[in-house]
This record gives sequence, C-alpha cells and structure tokens, in this order.
Amino acid sequence: MGITFSDITSSAPLVSLVLFSFLTLIVESWGKDKPVLSYWVSLLGVGVSLALSFGHLGAGIPVFGGMLLQGGFAGYCNLIFLSSAFLTILLSRGYLERMECHRGEFYILILFSTVGMMLMAGALNLITVFLGIELMSVSLYVLAGFMRKKVRSNESALKYFLLGAFATGFLLYGIALIYGTSGTTDLVAISKLFPQLSHNPIFLVGCGLLVVAFSFKIAAVPFHMWAPDVYEGAPTTVSGFMSTGAKAAAFATFLLVFVRVFDIAGTSLSQVIAVIAAASMIVGNVTAVAQTNVKRMLAYSSIAHAGYMLSGIAAANVEGETGILFYLLAYTFVNVGAFGIVSIMERQDDKKLNFEDYEGLSARRPALAVLMTIFMFSLAGIPPFAGFFGKYYVFLAAVKANLTWLAILGVLTSLISVYYYLRLVVLMYFREGDADLDHSVPRRSMIALAIAAISIVVLGLYPSLIVDLTRSFFKI
Amino acid sequence: MELQPYLLLSAITFVIGVVGVLSRRNAIIVFMSIELMLNSVNLSLVAFSAFLGDVTGQMLVFFAMTVAAAEAAIGLAIIISMFRNKQTVNIDDINILKW
Amino acid sequence: MLESYVPIFVMIAGGVIFGVVMVKLNEWFGPHRPNDEKLSTYESGMEPIRSARERFSVKFYMVAMLFILFDIEVVFLYPWAVSFKQLGLGGFVTMAVFIFVLFLGYFYVWRKGALEWD
Repeated sequence: MGITFSDITSSAPLVSLVLFSFLTLIVESWGKDKPVLSYWVSLLGVGVSLALSFGHLGAGIPVFGGMLLQGGFAGYCNLIFLSSAFLTILLSRGYLERMECHRGEFYILILFSTVGMMLMAGALNLITVFLGIELMSVSLYVLAGFMRKKVRSNESALKYFLLGAFATGFLLYGIALIYGTSGTTDLVAISKLFPQLSHNPIFLVGCGLLVVAFSFKIAAVPFHMWAPDVYEGAPTTVSGFMSTGAKAAAFATFLLVFVRVFDIAGTSLSQVIAVIAAASMIVGNVTAVAQTNVKRMLAYSSIAHAGYMLSGIAAANVEGETGILFYLLAYTFVNVGAFGIVSIMERQDDKKLNFEDYEGLSARRPALAVLMTIFMFSLAGIPPFAGFFGKYYVFLAAVKANLTWLAILGVLTSLISVYYYLRLVVLMYFREGDADLDHSVPRRSMIALAIAAISIVVLGLYPSLIVDLTRSFFKI
Repeated sequence: MELQPYLLLSAITFVIGVVGVLSRRNAIIVFMSIELMLNSVNLSLVAFSAFLGDVTGQMLVFFAMTVAAAEAAIGLAIIISMFRNKQTVNIDDINILKW
Repeated sequence: MLESYVPIFVMIAGGVIFGVVMVKLNEWFGPHRPNDEKLSTYESGMEPIRSARERFSVKFYMVAMLFILFDIEVVFLYPWAVSFKQLGLGGFVTMAVFIFVLFLGYFYVWRKGALEWD
C-alpha cells in the first residue's frame, strides 16, 4: 500500500501547492523582511496549481491508498478554493501595506489553509476530513489575528479559535462514534453499511455531532454567533477568504459526507438540516437589515447564503448538489470582490467601514462603484448575474425534494435581502457625499476585482457551462 | 471486553469539558476544557479500537493528539498577543466586538 | 497473562522498599545536632524574596510553544520505530519526508530568531 508515482501525478494540483507552500516558507525564512518575494512565490504557486486543476476535472480516482479522491468533484472544488486564494493574495498586498502589517507569513498561511481545503474536498476517509478541517482552521485562526497590534484583530482571533476548537471537539466525537459503530473510518465502506447503520442510535448521535461541527464551519444558525465578530475584526481580505474558501470547503465536506456517503434524502437528518437552513435564512437576513457596518452586514449576509445553500443539502438530490457547486463558485467571486472593495475603502484603525462612508462614491470613483453594484446585484440574486442562477438551482432542488416550504421561505427572505444590498447601491449613486480614497488603488487589486466581476457576468450568462460539468460528476 | 464503562467515562468527561467551556470566563481555563473534550474523545477512540481489534482508532488518536498540540500552541500565542494589548484574559472583558 | 508482570511488580516493590529503608535508616542512626543555620530554609542559599506567583517573561511561553510543537511529533516516530523492519524502505522514505517537513519548521523558527533568548 505504498505511495506510487501515479498517486503523485493524479493529485498534481495538491502536491504542487504543498511544494510551493514549502518553497514560500523557505523563501520567507531565508530573506528576512522581504514579503514581496513571498507574495510572488505564493501567487505563482496558486497559479500553477490552478492551471493543473483544469486538467483534473475528469473522473475521480482514489489515491494514496484510498485516503483521497482526486479529480472530478474534488478537482472542481479545488478550482473554487484556488480562485479564492488567488484573488485574496492579489487583493491583500495593497491592503496589508496600507495597514502597515505586510509580512510574508500571510501568504504562507493562505497557502496552508488552501491545502487544508483541498484535503477536505477530496477526503475519502474520516481521518482526512479531520486533518483537512484542522489544517484549514488552524491557519485561519492565525490569519484572523494577523494584525497583532490591533485589539479587534486579537479578539476576532481569540473568539474564532475558542469556538473553532470547541467545534473540533464535536467533530472528533462524531467521528469516534461513527467509527465505533461502523468499525471503519473509510467513507466508501461506511456508505455500504449505511442502510443497516441508519437505525443505530449511537451512529445517529455521531451524525448529529458532525452536523453541529459542519454547521459551525459554514456559520449556519444556531452555530453562527462567531461569524459577525470574527469577520468584523479580522483583516478584511481574510474575512473575504474565510467567507468563500473556508465556507466552500466546509460545504464540500458536508456534501461529500451527508449526500454522497450517507444518503440522507427523506430521513430525519434531512429534516434537521432543512430547519437549520430555514433558521439561517431568517436570522441572517433580518439581522443584516439592522447593521450599520458594511463588514458586519456582509457577515450576516454570508449566514443567509449558507442557509440558501443548505437547502440544497437538505434536498439531497442531484439538482441540489449541482446547484450548490454552482452557487459556491459564483458566491466565491462575488464575496471576495465585495470584501475586496471594502478593504480598499477601509482606512487605518477601522475607519470608513460604515454605510454612510459610501455616500456619493460614484462621482469620484466610478469604477469601484460599478464593481460594487455588480457584486451587490449578484448577492441579491438579480437575474443577469450569477447569484440568481445559484439560488434558482438550489430552490428548484428543494421543490423537487418535497421541501416546497423551504424554497418559498428562501424566496421571501431573498426579498428582504434586496433591501440592504440595494441600500448600498442607492447610497453610492443617489446620495450626495464625499466618499473618496486618499490613496490610489494598486493595479493588481483592480485586476482581481475585474476578474471577479467578469466571472460573475460570464457565469450569469452561461450557467450551463458549469452545470453540465458538475452534473457529469454524478453519473455513476 | 466491556465497552460500556469506557464510553460512559468518556461521555462524562466530554460533558464536563463542554460545561467548562460554557461556564468559565478565563480564556486559558476555557481552552483547558476544550483539551479535556478532545482527550475524552481519545479515550473512546482507544476503547473502540481495542473492542473492534482494529488499529485505525489508535492511529486517529495520534493525529488528534498532534492537532491538539498545534491548537495549544496557536491558542497560547493568540492569548499572549491579546494579553499584551489588553492586559486581561477574561472573556467578559473582550467586548469591543459584541458577541 | 498477569504472571508475566510479576518481575515488574517485584522490581517496583524492591525500589520502593530500598528507598524508604535507606531514608529511614539515616533518620534513625544518623547524628542530630540542629542549629539556626541548619534550620533556615536554604542552608547555603538565598532567602526567597517575593511570591512565586507572578508574571513570567513572555520568552518562557515562546519556548513552551515551540517545545509542545516539536515534542509531540515523537508520537509518530515511536510506532515507526516499533515496526521499522516491516515497513522497510517505504516507511523510511515517508518518515524522512516527515522529518524534512519538521526541519522546515525548525529552519523557519531559527531564521526568525525565536530561539534567541534576548
């Protein structure tokens, strides 16, 4: 059961990213205080891995003795994580330089957490799930507290760490109970045993603990309390990364374990997940209306979006899976972009983060205003943009799985969300104000925002590109 | 081999850990409670492993221990940087961001 | 099953008895001539000043953190050492990679100056 050469080639995106993260670490240790070098090496590493991922979208192959699945589903998820990491790295450099904490460790940690995400999406064994989640989370705890001179950043890191470690306890206990009742941690073997295990109360308790742990990682109600505080206190581009890459990875594992391994369609677990989804939509959207800080608003909006996507998991059918996969890709571009613009607007000491600081932005910075409008329209789910199709697919899946009430609730709460997304657009275009920047926007940040915006428009115009691809993962 | 006593002990210590996290106010003690949770799970993993005659559980315990150590290091670092800025490790004083 | 542990119990009992007997023999037969100097807390040391319950320099925490990280990796070395022959070359290469990764971390810590006390 040793490692063969074909294991390495089939998992080329993962292996290359691991090697590049080591290289960044060496570069950072060698040349003291030269973060720009780490920036370039990490950008190159993510780029290489991204390029390799496009060649790994075919059939999934189990590698490393059945611990990992590479290609197919995992390959597609890798695209999401790597795009998120790529755009975050591009956007972060200017931001960190302005905030006077530009250090090379930032890029190393982004790479490590991306490796963790890739392990999660490709996991074929509960041990890999555990290690992937931990590698991702431990790097993110540090990233949340990256501005170590700032009390808010410290607080954010401490809260994220304590609650994250708490969730780890539940995850591990869930894994232990599932292992104890099924006698294996191999997901393929568990999926074969699932029909007889699904009546075992201890096994169901284990599944319930896993639902708690995953709901925590995707910030679904009632395990969402950390999200607004952490997103508000963390460096803004890190919040963007956490709300896209980390969330996408948690959803990928959620899908993998609960839909593909435990076929939960029509079971009580599906009902539980539907209730969590409904609660997230309601709490996220209603609380977001009351926010005055844009970062906090985006945090509550990300809770609401977790609710929409969870309705696809509750449905547990092919439409739900493809819908979530499309949604995750669209949401990644939208939210990295939105947090990116917030990071450009932000000043030292958390200034210029409120809604009124965007008044009249279109007069002086028309490009930023247009981009922000695209992101807000897409978040609200207005038709020409990708966000609309994401919602359309997951709600359609819910209707097909006899969860019509969930779909109706989703549409109603989306209507609430239109209010707070469009409020920002109205402030930028129709209100007199002196919103402006006191610095020029670096070209690399504009490139990142443009990539995000173009991807949203393209995905909105040709959603079938992605949907046909993702549907091919489920032909068994 | 009796499995029940081990699982019961593990469940009890896990619950003690959970209650500790929810009720204590000192960040270090909260973190110690989390470690108690992780270690109680390790006990059930080892018990299952011995009961099933399968080493996977023990292997998972090694990984869990390593992860717990990494978390301990990160946690200490975060708590220290917090303490340097605020001179406290009490969770109730950590309130610039509302919970 | 339990019989095979008998030598260990004998060993432990022997150790405990030997230690206790030696200390007690000394107490019973040794000369006792106490004076002020001998009865002070440290016969040839300093009087303790201030409470021991005070803040430690942050440097100690740094060392503690690094110690935890590099110490725990030994849990992977023991199983490998026990089954070294069965695992053969594949196991050796895998562990070499593992130790190389640890070394990268060590290299980083060293270059960043975390190992220097001042």
